Amino acid sequence: MLDFVFSLFRPPYNWWVAYAAIVGVIFMALQISAAVMVYFERKVSAWMQQRYGPTLVGPSGTLQPIADVVKLIFKEELRPKAADSLLFTLAPVISVATCLIAFAPVPFGGSTTFFGWLEEPVALQIADLDVGVLVVFAVASVGVYGIVLAGWASNSKYALLGGLRSSAQMISYELAYGMALATVVLLAGSMSFREIVDAQAGYFGYLVLPSINIPDVIPRWNVFAMFPFGFIAFLLFFTAGVAETNRAPFDFPEAEQELVAGYHTEYSSMRFAMFFMAEYINMVTVSAVAVNLFLGGWHFPLVPEGYGWIMFLVKLAALLFFYLWLRWTLPRVRYDQLMTLGWKILLPVATLNLLAVAAGVIAFGL
Amino acid sequence: MAFDLIAFYVFAAITVLGALAVVGQRNPVYSVVAIVGSFCGLSGLYVLLDAPFVAVVQIIIYAGAILVLFLFTVMLLNASREDGAEWDRSHPYYRPGPTRLGGVLAVVLLGQLLWAMSRIADTGGIGEQQPAASSVRLLGRVLFTDYMFAFEVTSILIIAAMVGAVVLAGRKGN
Repeated sequence: MLDFVFSLFRPPYNWWVAYAAIVGVIFMALQISAAVMVYFERKVSAWMQQRYGPTLVGPSGTLQPIADVVKLIFKEELRPKAADSLLFTLAPVISVATCLIAFAPVPFGGSTTFFGWLEEPVALQIADLDVGVLVVFAVASVGVYGIVLAGWASNSKYALLGGLRSSAQMISYELAYGMALATVVLLAGSMSFREIVDAQAGYFGYLVLPSINIPDVIPRWNVFAMFPFGFIAFLLFFTAGVAETNRAPFDFPEAEQELVAGYHTEYSSMRFAMFFMAEYINMVTVSAVAVNLFLGGWHFPLVPEGYGWIMFLVKLAALLFFYLWLRWTLPRVRYDQLMTLGWKILLPVATLNLLAVAAGVIAFGL
Repeated sequence: MAFDLIAFYVFAAITVLGALAVVGQRNPVYSVVAIVGSFCGLSGLYVLLDAPFVAVVQIIIYAGAILVLFLFTVMLLNASREDGAEWDRSHPYYRPGPTRLGGVLAVVLLGQLLWAMSRIADTGGIGEQQPAASSVRLLGRVLFTDYMFAFEVTSILIIAAMVGAVVLAGRKGN
């Protein structure tokens, strides 16, 4: 089986078979990543609360996500009588479809042969688009419909409140998110992920200004660019990303103590699982985008490009752990605090940061 | 090239059917969902025209921002299904005024469309035009040099409209 898959990448290329294989592998990998994230979420939360977490299914409870999925499949599929049947069915599909599409332009490694398994190096990306960064942003902005429509179609007060909160939150944080993206586009002079990552290869010969020379120590990642402006952009991007994925401490759409489960209160069985999966895949996508835009993608000091995908996965895992760390450390902020943070702090800071970086690019041609 | 043609018909069908669904059924929330689908089809057509930037901006601005606001409004106002019973009872000639105005506008729009299509035939078709919209860099340069004045005037117009909306919404006692 494995030989067959890898044989597809060898010349002569049968381009659509190779393409279908790449798409299929990433499609499956994203769904497995959701299962892995559920396991680690439970283990990390248990670790932080001095519990054991899942231990019974498989060694150290590693098969727990599979047991969860089997349980969800066999559960009864309930739909409230007053629900709008078409949109009630459509909403989880929109959520999952958009989060899977959003990964299409995101690369997760340079060209690699997987330790010589493949004869020709293969680029680890579905589609290298000129406007890749914007595509992720656009697809994420369509994803809000899944949540809003789920809230409306359920015909329940809790679900509707969750859906409305979610749309208000996502619209507010998309602005800071977009400004942080624009900062990176300015630094790299491109909107293609591959070009942005390749612009981050090598080292900075200086820290703050080109006049202060230091030896090749600091990797040329955007997070270190024009210190501290690149770092501020990274913080803004990640904060807005946490809000975009509706994770704690910004998990208003599903605030358990107030709204039962928010927009998916009325959902059960696999439809509920689809929302759950969408949330975890969105976390993976936002983290992968952050690694590509700010943390140098697959570039790492002293690591050759063929092994870059391992460094990419290490950075991705670090960011995902940070997501879990945030959730189990910080309490949920109040709704008005959330809006204040979005509109009165993040947006002005993001705008000023963008102006500062633009001035720097003009002055130093960085 | 056959793939382009199939993709064109698929996207065109999504766009037109979505637009028909917006006006053809009575549930306002369905209308918003249909118009999102229609814009996604339109965005696909832009991609086929080698204008990926316009396609993505179409999604970000219309599908991602403006229509979320529409949906928000429809949901908050709890707009119900339109009542079709009275409509079905009345004779076409005695239906309310907006219908007649809509009919006139439809005829005008059709005339404009035919005129525009006849002009495309004169200039040799879309394929031979300059693909200016394909490059973000080029688009930005043109926008901030040749069309600077129009761009700034549009910004002022939008700000004026926004201030007007805020003033109207903030008026007490109405």
